[in-house]
Amino acid sequence: MPEPTAATATPDAPGIDVSASLGGDAWRRLRRRPDVIVSAVVVVFFAVMAAFPTLFTSTDPQRCVIGDSKTRPQGLGATHPLGTDVHGCDMLAQLVHGSRPSLLLAFVVVGASVLIGVLLGLLAGYYLGWVDTVVSRTVEVFLVVPLLLAALLLLSLFRNVHVGSGAFDVILLPALVLTLFGWMGYARYVRASTLEAKNLDYVTAARALGASDLRIMVRHVLPNAIGPVTALVPTAIAGVISAEAVLAFLGIGVRPPAISWGIMITNGAEWVTGGYPYLLLFPLGCLILTVLALVVLGDALRDALDPRLR
Amino acid sequence: MPEPVTTDTATSAPDDVVLEVRDLAKSYPVRQGVVLKRTTGHVQAVDGVSLALRRGRTLGLVGESGSGKSTLARVLVGIEKPTRGQVLVDGEDVSTMSRGARRELRRNVQMVFQDPYTSLNPRMSVGDIVAEPFRIHRDAVPRGGRRRAVAELLELVGLDPDHVHRYPHQFSGGQRQRIGIARALAVKPRVLVCDEPVSALDVSVQGQVINLLEDLQDELGLSYLFIAHDLAVVQHIADEVAVMYLGRVVEEGDGPAVYGDAHHPYTRALLSAVPVPDPTARPAEGELLLEGDPPSPADPPSGCRFHTRCWLARRLAEEHGVAGDGPEAVPERCRTEDPVLVPLGRRGDGRDGGGDDEGAHVAACHFAREAATLGAHPGPTAQASPGPGTPPGPDPDPDADPDPDADPDPDADPDPDLEPVPDRPVLESRER
Repeated sequence: MPEPTAATATPDAPGIDVSASLGGDAWRRLRRRPDVIVSAVVVVFFAVMAAFPTLFTSTDPQRCVIGDSKTRPQGLGATHPLGTDVHGCDMLAQLVHGSRPSLLLAFVVVGASVLIGVLLGLLAGYYLGWVDTVVSRTVEVFLVVPLLLAALLLLSLFRNVHVGSGAFDVILLPALVLTLFGWMGYARYVRASTLEAKNLDYVTAARALGASDLRIMVRHVLPNAIGPVTALVPTAIAGVISAEAVLAFLGIGVRPPAISWGIMITNGAEWVTGGYPYLLLFPLGCLILTVLALVVLGDALRDALDPRLR
Repeated sequence: MPEPVTTDTATSAPDDVVLEVRDLAKSYPVRQGVVLKRTTGHVQAVDGVSLALRRGRTLGLVGESGSGKSTLARVLVGIEKPTRGQVLVDGEDVSTMSRGARRELRRNVQMVFQDPYTSLNPRMSVGDIVAEPFRIHRDAVPRGGRRRAVAELLELVGLDPDHVHRYPHQFSGGQRQRIGIARALAVKPRVLVCDEPVSALDVSVQGQVINLLEDLQDELGLSYLFIAHDLAVVQHIADEVAVMYLGRVVEEGDGPAVYGDAHHPYTRALLSAVPVPDPTARPAEGELLLEGDPPSPADPPSGCRFHTRCWLARRLAEEHGVAGDGPEAVPERCRTEDPVLVPLGRRGDGRDGGGDDEGAHVAACHFAREAATLGAHPGPTAQASPGPGTPPGPDPDPDADPDPDADPDPDADPDPDLEPVPDRPVLESRER
């Protein structure tokens, strides 16, 4: 079809205000999606729980009565609404108080990993040469060292180091270990998509205009290379929460007496076949809900911010 | 390689030349090995090209895929550094300048890309894309005037200035190409390097973009280096034409001279592949079909680089009883001696290229005269010039020296290389 006069052609559907800014348009579209609203409510709910646990329970999670061991859920209003675990600790109190270390750890680890991975991957893919050699070989070294071996090494290194008992101190060691062994995937993905994006004509055009490397990387390469990372993040959060439980066995997880969802899942898994599936299902449900909500939110946000899908 | 004879337009009118390259070469090392990378060879993408582009003029650059056209374009806009030779913008050698001065001078040479779908960042609005040059060169337009400057640029290329908030995917291919042109024009360049700017577009849209480029040339006094493999488009827009093969310019001259009186067998073959609307107007014996792909630029043929595919060399050899498809079936001179660009169409010693005025027609072929007279030629001009072009260089090899009069009727000579081709031959598939 011959091109209509360029000035009057309107390729978009009528009725859509295309001249609105990208951010405003994204916000308007997100507000209209029920799955986004539900996911947002779930995320906010757990965030509030992590920030203000006493709003949800007045029971001390560390007050455990061994005689009340494995009390089945009693329903709202009772002493133990969600029952108790093997040691007689209140499940609700543990879930509520366990949300803070779990979520904090997940966001700190994933945030730091993404930051390191994206930065190194971008530099390696853009400059290649020796930068790429150093980054790629480092990635491979970290990939072949088993996580548990490295965790044990760190454990012995930090054995006599005293860390405090604040919210960050509790998760310091697991955050360190998991970040150290969590950034390689992002670096690889970003390096690969940087290699692809940097040879596109619009990057060449920017270079011909005299744009600096920094501008090209930030404005042109990164926005078009970050896609795979956004898909990895929600599942990585679930991975971190469960990996923390493994580390807890080695004594470098969330420091006792603090509790986390990961520890609760591991402990509860032993009793699923023994007639007490709720010990696993409550913490697992919280984890799945959080991750699902993040997946939906992340997906919707990515779509809303992609101008091609407007 | 032998010293190429330049067209020397620079010496005749130095003020007029806005962009010039002298003996430009760009090679890429071929590396092998995993840890210790050894350089095992070089791909000579561009090998000794000299061109001059004058103000307000259009130089068309044609050739097959792999002939080095796009590499030359990338060197010209400063994305690649040449391995040898000079790039002169306004008579100043770019390579000897400081970084900052080079960046300023580079503004004068901007690029229009082939694929309008990859040349615009899909995540930036049209306003941001066209305004980016102003953010890079902050002195170009004062901050407050940028919005208006963007609107003016969009209007200049025939787009609605109200579309600044739209994104590239909301435009058609032709409109995107206009956006790309607006971006290139933002820094007020004097030269636009157009790397196949219309080959990805619909035929109807091609015309519009070509017309826009011509209008802009008249309005802004731009010079174009117009790279294409569509010879019809180049014939339409270009004042001068250079033909590239395997990193070398094999023929160069004014448009009518090259199109009507091609002296290089490669140019002849390219021209005969241009589809003719009227089937009866086709040359009687069909097109001069080029066989196979160009040889690897990492290992170019000895002597004349075109001799492995040259229809003329085969025919000349055949006349001397050396028939066949083997490498021996070409005149020895073609295999051993590298031809240089020599002026054509005037009497006198062809080697003396220095005294030519602008518009000189040069070709790099040992048998340029035979190339122009032998075989088919669609235009009447070829028949009108049976012998003004003296065979360049020293006397040809005796065993390969053909008698130009020995073959007055090319049609009577069945040649395996000159098969009639009923359908439009695919001269070059779309690059990338």
